[in-house]
Amino acid sequence: MTKELWKGNEALAEAAIRAGVEAFFGYPITPQTELLEYMSRRMVELGLAFLQAESEIGAINMVYGAACAGVRVMTSSSSPGISLMQEGLSYIAASEVPVVLVNIMRGGPGLGNIQPSQGDYFLMTKTVGHGDFHAIVLAPSTIQEAVDLMQIAFDLAFKYRTIVTLLGDGSLGQMMEPVEMPPFKEWPEKRPDWALRGAKDRPPRIITSLYLGADKLEAVNLRLQEKLQRIAANEVRYETFMADDAEHLIVAFGTVGRIAKSAVRQARANGMKAGLFRPITLWPYPEKELDALIAQGRVKDILVVEMNAGQMLEDVKRIAAQRVPVHFTGRMGGVIPLPDDILPVLEALDASGNGQNGHKREMAFA
Amino acid sequence: MTVTQVSTTQAKSMPSLPRLEEMQVVYKKPESLTDAHTHYCPGCTHGIIHRLIAEVIDELGVRERTIGVAPVGCAVFAYEYFNVDGCEAAHGRAPAMATGLKRVMPNHIIFTYQGDGDLASIGGNEILHAAGRGENLTVIFVNNAVYGMTGGQMAPTTPPGMVTTSSPFGRDIQSQGYPMHITEMLAIMPGVAYAARRSMHSVAEIRKTKKAIRLAFEAQLKNLGLGIVEILSSCPTNWHLGPVESLDFIRDRMIPIFPLGELKVHEALKQSK
Amino acid sequence: MEHSIIFAGFGGQGALFAGQLLTYAAADAGLHVTWIPSYGPEMRGGTAHCTVVVGDEPIGSPLVRNPDMVVAMNLPSTDKYEPLVKSGGLLVVNGSLVKRPIRRTDIETLVVPANDMAQEHGSQRLANVVMLGALLEATDLLPLEQVEQALRDHLPKRHYHLLDANIAALRAGAEFARIFMPASAAVT
Repeated sequence: MTKELWKGNEALAEAAIRAGVEAFFGYPITPQTELLEYMSRRMVELGLAFLQAESEIGAINMVYGAACAGVRVMTSSSSPGISLMQEGLSYIAASEVPVVLVNIMRGGPGLGNIQPSQGDYFLMTKTVGHGDFHAIVLAPSTIQEAVDLMQIAFDLAFKYRTIVTLLGDGSLGQMMEPVEMPPFKEWPEKRPDWALRGAKDRPPRIITSLYLGADKLEAVNLRLQEKLQRIAANEVRYETFMADDAEHLIVAFGTVGRIAKSAVRQARANGMKAGLFRPITLWPYPEKELDALIAQGRVKDILVVEMNAGQMLEDVKRIAAQRVPVHFTGRMGGVIPLPDDILPVLEALDASGNGQNGHKREMAFA
Repeated sequence: MTVTQVSTTQAKSMPSLPRLEEMQVVYKKPESLTDAHTHYCPGCTHGIIHRLIAEVIDELGVRERTIGVAPVGCAVFAYEYFNVDGCEAAHGRAPAMATGLKRVMPNHIIFTYQGDGDLASIGGNEILHAAGRGENLTVIFVNNAVYGMTGGQMAPTTPPGMVTTSSPFGRDIQSQGYPMHITEMLAIMPGVAYAARRSMHSVAEIRKTKKAIRLAFEAQLKNLGLGIVEILSSCPTNWHLGPVESLDFIRDRMIPIFPLGELKVHEALKQSK
Repeated sequence: MEHSIIFAGFGGQGALFAGQLLTYAAADAGLHVTWIPSYGPEMRGGTAHCTVVVGDEPIGSPLVRNPDMVVAMNLPSTDKYEPLVKSGGLLVVNGSLVKRPIRRTDIETLVVPANDMAQEHGSQRLANVVMLGALLEATDLLPLEQVEQALRDHLPKRHYHLLDANIAALRAGAEFARIFMPASAAVT
């Protein structure tokens, strides 16, 4: 297959079609609206269920309903819309129905702006709603990777009966890149044995998140946690770039992950031993893999780069566990850190010879 | 303590009980209800409404393709009582969840069962837009003028002057506004095929309620749009009234604010009446 | 090889499409390429710009602070990007709308009367293609023919009746650069 030029949001939509999505419920919000617009035409052409909901609250609950029927359903939104969806996402997680969610993040907090941001790292990875749960969080750094990850999103969602999120930012949604679209995926006709399809020749099925007895609810939680541990053990994804002999290791995800690659290339050209560790799953985080890289002893210091005030930084610091200093640089409010912003920080680390166990979060905002 | 003495002569004159195999079934539980005992308070009319819905589902022969969506409120466990597939929506979101189910299974029968806090307050937007889109859904809207499950707080449907745990001086129109007439609002919308308000306060009204529920399901079967039946219901526990007084309260305090009757009947439903 | 180009202008001047056209042509030529727009209110009539990065290796950052080349279609764009062009880079300016001198001496400057030339080909709206033609001639980004083919393949259907005019305008821009841009100055 040949490559075609695709806009990120539209590529994600077409990728979901190829992956076998059967229903889409969404609400317009910049910078992800092209995804919804694309679906409004494409899904109707294909005879699939598409509906523009009255709100993100409506959309996520329509998704919840369709998911109860055992169909492959998704929605997409951007940061403020995800805030509104949190209630529904919590019910979905507790009910253990499979759902795919795209979040094309924008600057916040509040109405913020429509520029790219990674300010939803905490929101998406720690728990995207009330109660104890995690969604799987896939963080592509290129449009091709977004398309490829969408191909496994429904598999993961159905395998674990869980929420799978694709986390991008406004620049991923708005930019264009050559992409190779995958072929259409085949799915079995049979619906899962938990799906609500009518109580014909069997007892009724119930999908609920209500367990009034504390013992019962604890048992449900224990089962959920066991499932999350299985996911954590099996579904970690990450990429390393020139990390094998790196002394200065950048850790960055998504758009910043690709920008950091440029910085690493330039640093290498300048004679610095820089490398990149890029988590692709933000939950589960590639903890063991980053830990192992640090344990090899070649890494002298780590530089976390994010489009936020330092959120993933907390995970990296926890994993580094004081063995190497962890520094941070980042931009907020929709400002994208460029290679030119990252390179001087790397140079300063290289020149200092480090050894100081500092967490220089403040250097980000000079 | 008085001990009642049963004399030997009385015992001898007692009639023998009929044998089971000689008995005839004259009344039974609809197939669309489970054997579960409901948790509803004595004198509450949720149980009767459940039965009416189940009878209609049985009569229409759609039990095997019906899915019920339960609310947050007293009827939160409704899925335990209906012998159909069921799910539990977030507070007020049942019409959105039902929309999702219906859009991916257009030939299934989807109904929501919602209280007045759920539908008229927190779920106002969801019901309004489901109606606006003309979703083929059946909505059973049980209006008992208070939040029952949380202990009797004021609802959008609470009559003026009524004392509740969150309107201890009586609902004050000046600061707490007027009772909301959701069914009237929905009835004027083109997407609504059937809208009626009925009551549980008398046997005659209960019979009319069943007819209304049937029409609200038939609207869905005929793909005419949304069917909604608002049912004035009692809450003896939170009204602090006896069961009979509660029925009087519906008649005397609620019906003057929420008049009964059919507010909208699609032409295609008129033949089946 | 990796080049970064910013196209900037008023909304409606076609700066975004000029960048897309280059991107299509680069993708069709088998190169790695990214196109990223400014988005939001700018799309509705204010200033608009896009960044194209093209190279023979996978593109890391799709954005740059100091682009190798800038195509500035109006005065605000020139004001904004003249200081940002990388030293030794190229600034292509729309001389029909920009009447002030270019101060930078460490970059090559090509002033193209793009609106006037576009008008000669039927519409001022072809100014973006004139500018792109000039950029291509002044650099070794891509052969002109590759972009002509991209026009044939990717011009929106509603504009397809303007295909010939677009190609003519593109060639006119290139011809202009051939005459007024010394070969020695070509940016590679």
